[in-house]
Amino acid sequence: MNIIKYIIQKEFRQIFRNKAMLPIIFVMPIIQLIILSNAATFEVKNIKFAYIDNDKTSFSRELVEKFDASNYFAVLTDFPSSKIATSAMLNGKVDVVLEIPPNFERNLLKEKKTDVSLTINAIDGAAAGVENVYANQIVKQFNKKAQVRLMQAGNEMKKLQTIETIPLFWYNETLNYKTFMVPGILVMLVTMITLFLSGMNIVREKEIGTLEQINVTPIKKHHFIIGKLFPFLVLGLVLLTVGLIIAKLLFNIPIVGSIGLLYLYTVVYILVVLGIGLFISNFTDTQQQAMFIAWFFMVIFILMSGLFTPIESMPKWAQVLTEFNPIKYFVQVMRMVMLKGAGFTDIYPQLIKTFAYAVLMNGLAVFSYKKVS
Amino acid sequence: MKRFIGFIKKEFYHISRDKRSLFILFGMPIVQVLLFGFAITNEINKVDIAILDHSKDATTKEIINRIAASKYFSIKQFIHHETAIESAFKKGEVKAVLNFEKDFGKKMVTEDQATVQILADATDPNTANTISNYIRSILQTYTAEVNKNIQLAYQIEPKTHLAYNPTLKSVYMFVPGVMTVILMLVSAMMTSISITREKELGTMEVLLVSPLKPIQVIVGKVVPYVFLSIINAIIIVVLGIFVFQMPIQGNLFLLAAESVLFIINALSLGILISTIAATQQTAMMVSLMGLMLPVILLSGFIFPVSSMPTILQIISNIVPAKWFIIIIKGIMLKGVGLAYVWKETLILLGMTLFFIALSVKKYKIRLE
Repeated sequence: MNIIKYIIQKEFRQIFRNKAMLPIIFVMPIIQLIILSNAATFEVKNIKFAYIDNDKTSFSRELVEKFDASNYFAVLTDFPSSKIATSAMLNGKVDVVLEIPPNFERNLLKEKKTDVSLTINAIDGAAAGVENVYANQIVKQFNKKAQVRLMQAGNEMKKLQTIETIPLFWYNETLNYKTFMVPGILVMLVTMITLFLSGMNIVREKEIGTLEQINVTPIKKHHFIIGKLFPFLVLGLVLLTVGLIIAKLLFNIPIVGSIGLLYLYTVVYILVVLGIGLFISNFTDTQQQAMFIAWFFMVIFILMSGLFTPIESMPKWAQVLTEFNPIKYFVQVMRMVMLKGAGFTDIYPQLIKTFAYAVLMNGLAVFSYKKVS
Repeated sequence: MKRFIGFIKKEFYHISRDKRSLFILFGMPIVQVLLFGFAITNEINKVDIAILDHSKDATTKEIINRIAASKYFSIKQFIHHETAIESAFKKGEVKAVLNFEKDFGKKMVTEDQATVQILADATDPNTANTISNYIRSILQTYTAEVNKNIQLAYQIEPKTHLAYNPTLKSVYMFVPGVMTVILMLVSAMMTSISITREKELGTMEVLLVSPLKPIQVIVGKVVPYVFLSIINAIIIVVLGIFVFQMPIQGNLFLLAAESVLFIINALSLGILISTIAATQQTAMMVSLMGLMLPVILLSGFIFPVSSMPTILQIISNIVPAKWFIIIIKGIMLKGVGLAYVWKETLILLGMTLFFIALSVKKYKIRLE
């Protein structure tokens, strides 16, 4: 027991002695959390919009005004011809162009039918889809109002059967994207810091040659590993705490569920991450290698975790693969407990899987750790 | 010169000897492009929903059948009381619940209007919003068919043209993005680590007292990574073209020249980091936290810059990756020439010169 205590003491001293690392461990994640939570949004706002009005009647102007009034579109300018509009889109100055044909009003009144054309820069497919929906909604609403006005004049109004839909958004009524992202980004930061530090730690001793010195001492294998990993567990929990405080105070994210449950799960989860880190460091010779491998898995785990894009949208084979992704479970648990107030029984499956993962990874790591070089 | 070539050879040996890193160096771009192309999408697909039907008549049955038949939804369960909604959401079993009011079909006929509630689990606001929009559009199609005998006059039909990417493939967005991230990773992170490694192990001292000039040492360290980056860029573009049928509209030479400019930019950043960091760990954490995340998140790779708060939009201007992504998207997908991207190119060039000047100033020939 004493030996473990000394190793832990040594590790903490080493962490706090490296003045260049301290801000990276503690300050950088906080800045990241603040910046990224604001940056990570799939909301589409301030769409760069321009129009070509070939009709120039009260009707066409009214349609343009509807776009102007919408919160989604930032009307930049009007173009005299579609050629200039195309060039502006090539330049990246506009993303959506509405072209109103000549005789727009006349066709609507006389032939009772007309069209407008929308050109959308679709390189970002997801955003283009949303922009398309917004633009179509505005045209449709304008159309509906015009119909009512014109039909009443001609007394052609007929009864339509309609279904009224009332959307109710639970847990996040205002569809605030930060409520969704902050818990996820916190997961990412806690994972990154603990994985990279633990993955590089033992390799560093190998590389510098101090590991051999430790190997010739009477320190037992498990003493060494526990002593090495414990400080990072503490670090991870400190990070989580700071992150939760920021989430609450700065972003006003609700923490509905039990904080104790969150910590219980996080401890089990960090054990998984540390096991992976240790495993990586057993199989690598240089820090560069260790870092690279850690980074490789980190990127795949994050992309496949449901943090940014929903897992249900993935093809079946990819969904099966995510079962082996510890980050997925942590993201789920964070969101379930923080936002929905899920209890122990709700997160029980995730907890069990994570626990099994922790036992497996640490078992492998201890098994593969050799005291000889 | 001969010495210099010998030194570059040594660097190549170093890199090629490390099979594990090499494997990841070339495996990473391939895996990332494939993942982004095949697995990662925002589009919803077979989302689990539940139905709470208070009226159970022919109309609601017809609507439920239509929803079940759509490719967006799969009906996981029928619940019979409002109280069951909360537990279904908490366990994460379903993402939305449709709540049909009592006498739904009757009200449609007698009052011309019936109400359905769409309860969505908005912990993921994006998905919740999309679900609600898709259900509405299914209902709209249904009512349009019910009303088809009533001729609608005064129609304005919007004709949409989706420029550059008519099928809305997400891979068009990700290929330029992944290319940027990988080039940044290989160039900046790997050089900064390999230079600090010499410092940490003490071999830098040996190199500095050798007849090689300090500038030769640095350039020699950097050259192999230029090669690796270029190979990676080629792999990514080839994957984009042949696996995902992404068209390259613009000039390939311009694309190559801009990529080399960006690689040099990233390398100079890497050298700058190595002049500041004393240990590999520091160099890695600085490049990771200080470079990678901004490159991924503030460059417009995944999230649109124009939706971010103004302050972040301003900050995004100092991220070189943002300008590079604008350039290569323009060249690859819009087919523009230098006439359209000269401004971005100048900005990248200016940044590169600035980083080089700064690292020359900070570079210490002597060890403390």
